[in-house]
Formats: sequence, structure tokens, C-alpha cells
Amino acid sequence: MGNSSMSEDAAGLRLDQHATWRLKKGLAEMLKGGVIMDVTTAEQARIAEEAGACAVMALERVPADVRAEGGVARMAAVGVVEEICAAVTIPVMGKVRLGHFVEAQMLQEIGVDYIDESEVLTPADDRYHIDKHTFKVPFVCGARDLGEALRRIAEGAAMIRTKGEPGTGNVVEAVRHVRKINEQIRRVVHSTDEELVILGKEYGAPLELLHEVREAGRLPVVNFAAGGVATPADAALLMQLNCDGVFVGSGVFKSADPEGTARAIVRATTHCRNPKILVEVSRGLREAMPGTDPEASGQPLRMQERGL
Amino acid sequence: MRQPRVGVLALQGDMREHAAALRACGLPEHAVTEIRSVDELARVDGLVLPGGESTTVGRLLRIEGLDEAIVQRAAEGMPLFATCAGVILLATEVLHSQQPRLGLIPVQVERNAYGRQVDSFETRLEVDGMGEMDAVFIRAPRIVATDPRVRVLARHRQDPVLCRYGRILAATFHPELTPDHRLHRYFLSMLGPDVG
Repeated sequence: MGNSSMSEDAAGLRLDQHATWRLKKGLAEMLKGGVIMDVTTAEQARIAEEAGACAVMALERVPADVRAEGGVARMAAVGVVEEICAAVTIPVMGKVRLGHFVEAQMLQEIGVDYIDESEVLTPADDRYHIDKHTFKVPFVCGARDLGEALRRIAEGAAMIRTKGEPGTGNVVEAVRHVRKINEQIRRVVHSTDEELVILGKEYGAPLELLHEVREAGRLPVVNFAAGGVATPADAALLMQLNCDGVFVGSGVFKSADPEGTARAIVRATTHCRNPKILVEVSRGLREAMPGTDPEASGQPLRMQERGL
Repeated sequence: MRQPRVGVLALQGDMREHAAALRACGLPEHAVTEIRSVDELARVDGLVLPGGESTTVGRLLRIEGLDEAIVQRAAEGMPLFATCAGVILLATEVLHSQQPRLGLIPVQVERNAYGRQVDSFETRLEVDGMGEMDAVFIRAPRIVATDPRVRVLARHRQDPVLCRYGRILAATFHPELTPDHRLHRYFLSMLGPDVG
């Protein structure tokens, strides 16, 4: 899978291959057990790196601001992405609008390490996702269930994250999506070949990938949690539900103490099954980001319903 | 001789792949454990430092006091196997960086010296005493200088990519991502007859 290029040394003995599926998927493997933080400036990126983030996500506005301010949310400004890339040694990811393959071409040209085709931004195409196989840089995409995850992988995504409901500080949707994917994987694992065909139809999932899921007992790529993580306890909850790592969007820089919150969430993610450490990192932590319950407040914007 | 117990440092990174590779070499389930604390480290005979983000892992090592504990165990002869970010953590010198490190292997490394993710590559290496081996380099560090006491076991073009220094094995690539487990077996052989 993926497009690759080769080069030979003078003796013609050694072949270097770039942009292979193993390299795309492999970078996500290296991020496991870590926290990827949304940043909108180089200064925030430095704070995130210093606090122990395993990668940063460059975007124009954090989801809570997109939610509050409205308007069209796009890829971050070129200059800002370049400054962020120059500011940190950890991998830099960048968000592009659903279907906006030109924003993706630009981020690849700038040299980001991963692209997030994200429902947090305003969709540019209400029908087609980006053909991610045509890129050298790997992609991460959001999903609410197994079918969605496998459709994105079929399009070339080398990493999946749950959609959750971004910018709410409310973890319920992320939990719902993780639980749903886990339930569906368990069903796949216990299915016969004939049953798998029916499940493929039911989930809208490519049959070949369902076979891979049955074989491995998990998604064929790394799966992070995202969309509503606000506290160290939220991060640990999703990790205990078997996510490979955590994205924190508004949860860091909309909290009362971004540095303290970032450090606490990083340590909570590593020690997610150690309540003693979870208490220790949470003790004295200042307020988390203000949360909203989209259902209770009747807030109309459900980012998760974009790009299924 | 009892079964050696091997720990995989599990603060952040691809510990699952290393654990799977060790089990594929014949270690039973209970002989491979994840290490997140000084107490857990005390119960193993060897330690793998996996791929991941070296700044993240370096910070967490210090918080748990694992940095000093690993340095002490290494001084007592515990074998270490470091891959990619693990090599940065073990190096005595990291160019342009003050990030936390253990300084256990006298090499100078440069982070992200091959470029960004699009410059990550797969290749085939010639390994001293083992023959050809597929190798996956992901945002790999480059070893730019080595102390004469460090034995270079493989190079990519001019750069050392696999080194042995005393009881430390260091690879800037990811042998845990390929189905070839020869380097994990080599590491297990370093645990040696005096284990236990």
C-alpha cells in the first residue's frame, strides 16, 4: 500500500524505500502510550514538548474556539505551521479540512510528519475524503465505529482516532466511540467467514480489512482516543478502554494551568492503571477547561457527524 | 539455569512490538514484563528501551527515578537493548540538545538528522556476523561519532546504525517492526550464563 520511491547507492546493493505502508503505520506505533496536543502557536508547541507531549497537532483554532466563534475553520496559516515545525524536535501533525487535498499537498510540502483529515475543521467536500494513498506523508482520521475506521484505512489512513465530540471537554462521546469499536471488534473476532460478509454489509466495512481485524483481534493500525478529553482521569479512562494513546485538543490550552495540565495528562496516560499516581498528578491541579454537554445545552454543532 | 526475565521500558513507545518479538524468541508470557517503576526494574535481568519519543520518555524516566536506577543496574552489568529513541536516551552526547539522557554509551547522536517523516526509510543492511537484514528507520537519530571502544556491527552508507558497547546493544532502526528476530535473540544471548 502507499506510493513509494527507491534509490540505490553507487554499488546498487542497497535499496532505500521511502513512504512505505510500514513507515507510515510505524510512526504511529512510536507515538503509542503518548499524548498528542493541539497547538496554535510555536510557543504552545514548545510548552507541549516540554511537558512531555509525544507529538503536537498544528491547527488554526482549538475546537472549543471553533465551537464558540463559529465561522469557517481551515488549515493553520503556513507561517505558523513552519514556525511550529522549527520550534520542536517531536513530530508535528497538521489538520486539513475533510476532502481538501490541496491543503494536504501544502502540509506535505512544508514537511509536517502526519496529516489529520479532520472533522474539527469545516468540511471542504461533503462527499469525498482525500485519496490518502497518493501522499508520501501518513494520515490520521477520525472514526465513530469500526466501519468508519476501516473505510478510512481503505482510503489510506495509517492511524485512527475516535472522533468523540471535540471542544466540549465532555468525554462521553469519545467513550461511546471507543466502546462501540471494541464491541464490534469482539463480534468480528468471533465471526465465521459467512458471518463476516454480513458484518461487512452491516458496518459498511471492506471485507478484506475485516479479515485482518479478525486475525489481529484489533484494528490494523494504531487507534488513539480524541474528542472531549479534559482531565488526567479522562485520559486514563480511555487508555484503560484499550486506546493506544490520547489526543488532547482544547483540554490543555483552555485549562487554567496549561503546563500543569499537560504534564499531569502525560503522566496519567503512562500510568493509566495506577490509581495512586492518578491521584498524585491530579492533586492541586487547577481547573480543567470549562465543559459543555451538547445534548443538555441543545448545542447544534455535532462535528462527529461530518465525513462518515 | 532459570529463565531470564526481560523488562520492556513501558513509559511511552512501541513496547508491544518488542514484547511480541521477545515472546517469538521463545520467552514465556510471564518472563516479559512492562517496566514503569524502580520496583519493577529490580525484578528483571535485562531491559529493552523501545522506540518512541525520547523527550517524552526522558522526562518520565526522571519523574519515576528510573534514570538513576537504570544507570545503577547497567553499572552492575545488566544488559540493555535500545532501539531508535532508546539510543538517544543512552547516548553520552545529543547534538543541539539538553534533553535528559542516561549517558551509558559513548556515542554522539543527532536527532532527526535524516529529515522529517517523508525521509524515513526502509533498507537492507549487512550486519557483522549475521548477514543481511531488513531495517526500518523512522525519524531515526544519526550516530555521528563513536568512541573507539564502541563496536560498530552495521552501517548504513557511512553511518553506524547498530553498535555494541559492553553489555549494551544499540540500533537506530526498529528490529521490532520486522519479522526477523535475530537481534532480539542476540540480546537474549547477552543475558548470558550468569543470569540468576
